[in-house]
Amino acid sequence: MTHPFPFSAIVGQDGMKTAMILTAVDPTIGGVLVFGDRGTGKSTAVRALAALLPPIEAVRGCPVNSARRADCPDWATDLGKGTHSIATPVVDLPLGVSEDRVTGALDIERALTLGEKAFQPGLLAAANRGYLYIDEVNLLEDHIVDLLLDVAQSGENVVEREGLSIRHAARFVLVGSGNPEEGELRPQLLDRFGLSVDVASPKDIDDRIEVIRRRDAYETDRTAFLLRWQAEDAALRARIVAARKALRAVDTPEAALRDIAGLCLALGSDGLRGELVLLRAARAFAAFRDDTAVTRTHIRAVAPLALRHRLRRDPLDEAGSDTRVERVIEAELGA
Amino acid sequence: MSPLPLIAALLRADPGLGGVVLRGRAGPAQTAALDVCASALGPLTALHPAMGPEALDGEVDAAASLASGRVIRTAGLLARGPVLRLPSAERTTPWLAARLARHLDGCRSVLIAVDEGIDAEALPQALAARCAFHLTLPDRAEPLGPVPPEGDPPATVTVPEALLSEIVTLAATLGVDDPRGAMLALRAARGLAALAGRTAVTLEDASRAAELVLAPRATRLPEPPPEASDPEAPSETETRLPEDILLDAVRAALPTDILAQLARRAARGATGQGSGAKRRGNRRGRPLPARAGGAGNGRIDLVATLRAAAPWQTIRRRAAPERRGPIFRQDDLRHRRFEETSDRLLIFTVDASGSAALARLAEAKGAVELLLSQAYSRRDHVALVAFRGTGAEALLPPTRSLVQTKRRLAALPGGGATPLAHGLREARTMAVTARRKGMTPTIVLLTDGRGNVALDGTRDRAQAAEDAQRVARGLRGTDAIILDTGARPSPTLRRLAETLDAPYLPLPRADAQRLSQAVDAACAS
Repeated sequence: MTHPFPFSAIVGQDGMKTAMILTAVDPTIGGVLVFGDRGTGKSTAVRALAALLPPIEAVRGCPVNSARRADCPDWATDLGKGTHSIATPVVDLPLGVSEDRVTGALDIERALTLGEKAFQPGLLAAANRGYLYIDEVNLLEDHIVDLLLDVAQSGENVVEREGLSIRHAARFVLVGSGNPEEGELRPQLLDRFGLSVDVASPKDIDDRIEVIRRRDAYETDRTAFLLRWQAEDAALRARIVAARKALRAVDTPEAALRDIAGLCLALGSDGLRGELVLLRAARAFAAFRDDTAVTRTHIRAVAPLALRHRLRRDPLDEAGSDTRVERVIEAELGA
Repeated sequence: MSPLPLIAALLRADPGLGGVVLRGRAGPAQTAALDVCASALGPLTALHPAMGPEALDGEVDAAASLASGRVIRTAGLLARGPVLRLPSAERTTPWLAARLARHLDGCRSVLIAVDEGIDAEALPQALAARCAFHLTLPDRAEPLGPVPPEGDPPATVTVPEALLSEIVTLAATLGVDDPRGAMLALRAARGLAALAGRTAVTLEDASRAAELVLAPRATRLPEPPPEASDPEAPSETETRLPEDILLDAVRAALPTDILAQLARRAARGATGQGSGAKRRGNRRGRPLPARAGGAGNGRIDLVATLRAAAPWQTIRRRAAPERRGPIFRQDDLRHRRFEETSDRLLIFTVDASGSAALARLAEAKGAVELLLSQAYSRRDHVALVAFRGTGAEALLPPTRSLVQTKRRLAALPGGGATPLAHGLREARTMAVTARRKGMTPTIVLLTDGRGNVALDGTRDRAQAAEDAQRVARGLRGTDAIILDTGARPSPTLRRLAETLDAPYLPLPRADAQRLSQAVDAACAS
């Protein structure tokens, strides 16, 4: 694919952009779910983010993009010498994809010609150390969802079929998008996403005009448009790289932990995943803003992203989860 | 005159316009329209609305692979031609819609979708949004003009800043929320200018583009123009804003039955019907792992069979060096298996008349919500029909979105007469459509049974009861359940339940548990 739309040139949609940047700073946050109207730039943002991220070093010919030779799976053949830098992988998981294609399966060609049992890696292998993007995630077939749940949880893909017994690392940031009017997402899958955002078409007419103007410029004179936004994207990339480095040094005071726990308790979110995600997101946000310690400002900024989809809620409840989170934040952390 | 030749010329010049949706029944008009497209765009590659990934993207050619000993793939249909024709587009599976949408985003192909849907059936929104042009075909063929010649288009066409804002503003006025609408209108305006050999888009191009692209997408009727009450009306034309001119173009292009269409679209939700609602209820295609087994009557899964046999070829060849080609044994054979589950559809048919009394209506809503939460846990589809006053209305087509159902239900007003027969008839129509799609419909009727409007619209209690019975007899065989919301159990309703062979539950005595048991029983049968 040729150059995607620049990330910095996306008009508005701050929640979505923040969420995506946070997962780029700390991939262990665990993915973003973007729900909203059609044509709000969901797919554009994912592709733009991948193009924005710095390249990764990977062993040549490694099917799972391992950084070191020791990490390459033992079934991998044709490994090259040394490493090379590749773009952060973004793998599309299309609807209707077969199980074989996702997990990988017996390589028919090698089996036919050489009579040997070889493994042909699937999409999960290709997405290792990168992004796995599922458009219309709410329409995904249940049996594929089950597969993903398992792998997203363990970070490892285990294939036991056709006499093959294969395992390989599959750590990726899951990005899902969809339109809630077309169907609900299974709660189990919902829970696996670290952050979630709702996007809507811009309500402001000037914003709308700006969206069309930029999109039009991108489509009619791509080179000039990319050049125009190059500097912004580069600056953002530098901030993300710096934040990744700073992440370890960000201090998490006792008070911040207490705030996070209090918030999750007050919202009645199930399990501890909410706390963990909120902590990581707040830390990533602090690092991104070049702050040295997690404070209430950071927690307040990312709490809706991390918690809005974790409320134990009546499935029929109107989508008022944002307001509920806001209210609890007000109550717990003060205005 | 039909804009189709112009549309074909625009698509020929710029595949980025996505394509055209032709809505109408099969007939001479459709044939003529497709002929025009083919003459302008070249041969059309026919797709099928339920086709799978193999045919679209290519698959392993088993015969050739076996003969040559290496994997040979056939080219998929997408590789064959840049112009795709999708017949019966309203039956497109969500998978195919998603795949084609991605393909169209690459600006490599033009899609000609022939939508033969009736009423709410339509092309999945993901595809409709990417096709710039939507055209309703006339009932009889009309002469189509020649396709404008390619001419000598300028390299670049500029858009004046003012026109760009006008187009976007107009899109917002018409309630076209998807930015793709405005984007495609802009693109079409450029194409029109290029076709005329101009290097800049004029107001005329913009208004023609708005008429072609934005008018069919309108979800809101623009405000009517102020009546020319003042005698100085003629001078107004000179000071008219470009926005008005664009708006007029769109207004002229709006079909006469726009109100009905808008109502229908409103029923489908602001962003139109999603592919979710169109999902085939019967997921015939969900494949299970192929099963080993010799003589079976299922289809042989060739790839799985090859896979099973492949690792042994070297050894077997050693044992039988004189054999050529792959050597299969009985136990290599694998059979295709599919899991076929039919999705359930609960059609809530709610009496919102005055006699159902507003208080009871609230209780009925409560009961529906209770059932909805069960539907949620079973992942059933739900649909909503309401009847009051002089007729019934399908408030919500089959969907899995419970949030929407609940919203519609909460907004349901009460009052008026009780057209029970109309409600039943509407529910029956929906049930028939659902069954055609492979779903198993169950009608949940909530009413006090005091029907007083006959099917012909007259206020005649006896005739109304007779009509209701008649519709009910036509419904026999469909699972149903009747919840009596009246203060006292109604004998008419009990008779109706007998006709339908449906469980009858007077709501005052139906607690939550009995309600759920009754629905479960109705669904299980």
